[in-house]
Amino acid sequence: MTAAEIKEAVLEILSDIAPDEDLSNLKEDVSFREQLEMDSMDFLDIVMELRKRYRIQIPEEEYPALASMKSTVEYLEPRMTEVAKKQ
Amino acid sequence: MNDTLRESYDVVVIGAGLAGMTAANTIARAGHSVLLVEQHYKLGGLATWFHRKGGHIFDISLHGFPVGMIKSCRRYWTAEIADSIVQLKHIRFDNPMFSLETTFTREDFSKLLFERFRIPAENVTGFFDAARAMSHLDDQAYTTRRLFEKFFPGRQDVVRLLMEPITYANGSTLEDPALTYGIVFSNFMSKGVYTFQGGSDRLIRLMRDDMRKNGVDIRFACEVQKVHVERRKVAGVTLDGRRIGCRAVVSNANLLGTIFQLVGEEQFDKDFLEEARAVRLNNSSTQVYMALKPGETLDENVCGDLLFSSTAPEFRTDMLLSRAITSRTYSFYYPRTRPGHDRCYAVASTNANYADWADLPPDEYEAGKRNLIETTLEGISKYVPDFREKLAYSEAATPKTFERYTKHWGGASFGTKFEGLAVSRSLPERIAGLYHAGSVGIIMSGWLGAMNYGVIVANDVDAFLMKI
Repeated sequence: MTAAEIKEAVLEILSDIAPDEDLSNLKEDVSFREQLEMDSMDFLDIVMELRKRYRIQIPEEEYPALASMKSTVEYLEPRMTEVAKKQ
Repeated sequence: MNDTLRESYDVVVIGAGLAGMTAANTIARAGHSVLLVEQHYKLGGLATWFHRKGGHIFDISLHGFPVGMIKSCRRYWTAEIADSIVQLKHIRFDNPMFSLETTFTREDFSKLLFERFRIPAENVTGFFDAARAMSHLDDQAYTTRRLFEKFFPGRQDVVRLLMEPITYANGSTLEDPALTYGIVFSNFMSKGVYTFQGGSDRLIRLMRDDMRKNGVDIRFACEVQKVHVERRKVAGVTLDGRRIGCRAVVSNANLLGTIFQLVGEEQFDKDFLEEARAVRLNNSSTQVYMALKPGETLDENVCGDLLFSSTAPEFRTDMLLSRAITSRTYSFYYPRTRPGHDRCYAVASTNANYADWADLPPDEYEAGKRNLIETTLEGISKYVPDFREKLAYSEAATPKTFERYTKHWGGASFGTKFEGLAVSRSLPERIAGLYHAGSVGIIMSGWLGAMNYGVIVANDVDAFLMKI
């Protein structure tokens, strides 16, 4: 997947997790926590969804990589090069 | 019934309390085969209810959902469950220090503390923010007592207002780590308190239906005697004498029962066993269930939904456990909680020491139960003078009752103290595939804590199964 496709995939997961949040103005380099009402369970849900949808394993000590959209895409890109875009 | 059991599953979940059911459902949704077994004849653990002759239905612990239950139920269960969670509007306190009503929101508590208790606004804000910022990584030596001393020095009355509901919810005391208080307080006393429309039976039925839909194989009235470990890996369980293979076990049984009974100490090293033995169980409870005659009602403006009532001149956690009861939390249930059911009923809860009840001779035990009912009826008559005339049926539960139905060691009704969390979390490091999800560490207790802990552990199990 390309960086743009990964971003799209993360946005899709976010919209499932936080259906009431407006994601259209999400700033890429500002943390999710500052922009959305997210707690630790929400981040766990992102981890679970990435594993379920794309078979990506993220160990607990690497959860901080999911802080913002920018850091998430940077973290996932090398790990998802072989992953096909979900139809 | 056991004829349709498979020879093996990816995961066996032992115990159908809220953490066990949520773990089972989440693991099944991730695509694994799951067997959920419960020793009791119904699902739910302490999320339960019972029927008595005359059409009475009692809920054990329904009043008191934190707001986070709405989100967790929507995500890990169904929209129908989440949409049935409704706010309790009238939460009351009555004790020799103060008598007041609150909506249980940060705004309302702030207003009360500022206007009525005359606490400077910056202390109120500072307290709420400090509680909100706490995490499980904070210093354990910093106690709840010190947190209160920092923001409300010398204010026993404020401590009582802010602590009594938490003690009711999870049995914690002023000597427990402040972080446990901060986390639970921020979830429980910030955006109102809720209940489930339709009763515990409807909640558990909806959960059962969702688990079945997701393919969880559910068995009740059957017991796991042993978790089998081979070469430091989970290999299977013995269920009513029959061996069933599995790659992982999630135990929703009591933490100590899991280690010392289900797995057995021969499977662990000395240091871990020492750590496990040092885990303190939380206290137990008593409850008195009181059903009104058909057609009899209670005045909601007097009783409210939850009433934290005490005759003790001051707030002391040791007094809360005494058999000489001075503090009771009343949950009042009106017909609207169970649409279609016409009864009002009340449940009075206290914290209690297991040891005070465990070794009584049968006649003293029965007398103790009668006394519990009598003193509760006396207590409630302060609010409803003709309560005895309205009463159709009453019954008491003691720490022994909790022990009998849950098989929890010491009849523990709130799991373990804080140190139990680290022991629970480290089980898979000792034995591959062995997990525990249940009330531990105070923060993983109660409706929301147990449900979310089930999800946290399910995530670990899913990651583990993908690796092997």
